[in-house]
Amino acid sequence: MEQEQKYPTEKLKCWNGAKEIRMKYYKDYAEAHDKGGLRWAGGAWTFDAIPAGLGDDVFPITSEPYGATIAFDKELSIECMEAAEKEGYPRDLCSYMRNYWGSIIIDKYPFGYNDKKEFVPRFEGAKALGFPKPDFIWQDHICCSHAKWYQVVSDLEGGIPMFTVDNAVGPSHELTDSKIKYVVEQLKDGIKFLEKVTGRDYDDELLYKAIRNHFISTSKWAEICALNKAVPAPLDEKSIYSLYVLGTLQKAGEQVADFYEKNLLPEVKQRVKKGIAAIPNERYRVMSDTQPPWSFLSIFRYLEKFGCVSVGSLYTFGLIGQWEVKKDGTWGPKTIPEIEFSSRDQALYEYVKYELHKPEWQHFYSCHLKSDMMIRIAKEWKLNGVMLHYNRGCEGLTVGIAENRLALLEAGYPVMAFEGNNADEREFDEARTKAKINAFMETLGAK
Amino acid sequence: MEVLKMITIGIDIGAKNIKVVILKDNKIIAKSNVLAGFEVTKSAQEAIDKALKKVGLTKKDLDKTISTGTGEKLAPFYDDTKSIVGCDSLAAVFLHPQTRTVIDVGAEEGRGMRCDETGKILDFEVNEKCAAGAGAFTEAMSRALEVPLEEFGALSLKATEEIPMNAQCTVFAESEVVTMVHNKVSKANMAKAVHDAMASRISSMVRKIGFNKDVALVGGVAKNVGFVDSLNKDLGLELFVPKDPEYVGALGAALAAAGWKGGK
Repeated sequence: MEQEQKYPTEKLKCWNGAKEIRMKYYKDYAEAHDKGGLRWAGGAWTFDAIPAGLGDDVFPITSEPYGATIAFDKELSIECMEAAEKEGYPRDLCSYMRNYWGSIIIDKYPFGYNDKKEFVPRFEGAKALGFPKPDFIWQDHICCSHAKWYQVVSDLEGGIPMFTVDNAVGPSHELTDSKIKYVVEQLKDGIKFLEKVTGRDYDDELLYKAIRNHFISTSKWAEICALNKAVPAPLDEKSIYSLYVLGTLQKAGEQVADFYEKNLLPEVKQRVKKGIAAIPNERYRVMSDTQPPWSFLSIFRYLEKFGCVSVGSLYTFGLIGQWEVKKDGTWGPKTIPEIEFSSRDQALYEYVKYELHKPEWQHFYSCHLKSDMMIRIAKEWKLNGVMLHYNRGCEGLTVGIAENRLALLEAGYPVMAFEGNNADEREFDEARTKAKINAFMETLGAK
Repeated sequence: MEVLKMITIGIDIGAKNIKVVILKDNKIIAKSNVLAGFEVTKSAQEAIDKALKKVGLTKKDLDKTISTGTGEKLAPFYDDTKSIVGCDSLAAVFLHPQTRTVIDVGAEEGRGMRCDETGKILDFEVNEKCAAGAGAFTEAMSRALEVPLEEFGALSLKATEEIPMNAQCTVFAESEVVTMVHNKVSKANMAKAVHDAMASRISSMVRKIGFNKDVALVGGVAKNVGFVDSLNKDLGLELFVPKDPEYVGALGAALAAAGWKGGK
């Protein structure tokens, strides 16, 4: 295997900053009531700028990253999965969801305080807190599991006020004024609902600020990912997972927008300028797809033995990043709308119009839209091949993946498919996956 | 073809058996096959010793060793490893130069691969986490029907009817067999149903990667004439089945150790 160190490399300077934001997020949620604040729960895709209008002391916990966080704590994840199964929820349901439900059933939060009273993950020595019950649920609905997810959460918790927005209005290239307004009207109803269940007055200025943060987070994240077109890639996908997650936690939050814009983006730009590589022996470039098997991120490190770097995926680029086709025909960050918000209606309209272009929503309508985006990434990010995760834990993002495989092959990209589960480690075979990677690396000529 | 000037050894550590091939000057000079058992490294050593003894060689005479198979890292010694799909492709092209698609059905899993004229893999697929597409399936079914495994293939050629078996899983298939027994279906027809079901699973995997008319079937299950017949019919072609198909992986490893490539 090639071990030549072709490029300089160094750790990301803002790495610890990202970790701190994540820990503070889970701490703020857990401690919200101690400070007179509110807690809300909803998906990582939800229109999270809306609850921001209730005040700066309203803290979210988004469901998918929470499920992934539990998955990373293997012992806790098994406990949660088994608890959910014992309640009769079958194994073929979304594995994030089963982790989440299990966490409620066994009443364990994956964080808590250690002996020094520091807030740390359970696997770093904290005594797990009980699951902090949300005050309300703010969800949206495009994935088949999303609405049901919180119906069960509410049932398990003995009833939580819930509002769900139907945003499945079709692909972005067919977006019309009436479709945008259909979602806007639901958000307006949602605001009234939030005022009613929290007893708080809604502050439109806070809403405007949150929408601006949303624009910055999603556009700047795309800009960061676009920088990974560089050879050598400044970021590897294992690191990208730890960075994109901030957007899934609170993309409308100022701390996330600031981090992407003021910390990460300048640093990645510098890395590209100086030729600092994510892996020093980069010779081959691949991408993955859908959520990874979170308990086994080591497979991405395994690639490095062959001088192979996974530079990202449609999933990591497009779950948070907002993109547009630039004048030269390539994909780049979506231009942030330069509009002064003057009314709730106008702000919501711009927010929805912008957000309905999310790449990861498009393939719910057609796997061919996803194939087109994947082939674009393969070309523009200069890939040698693709690793597809046939993810049994997320049918929403995995459906159509076999069609994507065929399209990528037809476009001339070698593809390796491996089976697994994003959050249920019982459905991932590490040894066999590594054996497949060995064979795939031979196919690419890396071995 | 390039003439080999060295003595190389290929070790294929499969789920059930360990196969060893020693190659010299483009020819197989020795081979051995032992059960993997629980002490795999010890069994692999035994297989190597057995093959070396046949031709009066010792480890010192070997120029290069390559290990492959699911237990490749458990070989007692090796200079390098190579994926089993890579070894299969190389050896299949060596044995039958027109080969561009290879199907390997072993005890534990089924694999399909497309390769070029040099034997390099272009695409591959593995039927994993399911015994219904592997040799373990026929073993379980022959046990259920109380027919020796060696006779199971030939028995199915005597079938008079095609009975569909819908099971996608060995466990459920066994319960379907029980139903067939109750319905007094003949053992030959049941054996054919098993092979047809397995062939259907394997052909579905192969269709994912695509195939042409030159398809080689290798691995231990290729010795099962009933399965070969079912797969021939399912794919609509005549598969190339080499002599001693279970040794193809080990042969590929030995060829890789010698630096052999097809198309020359």
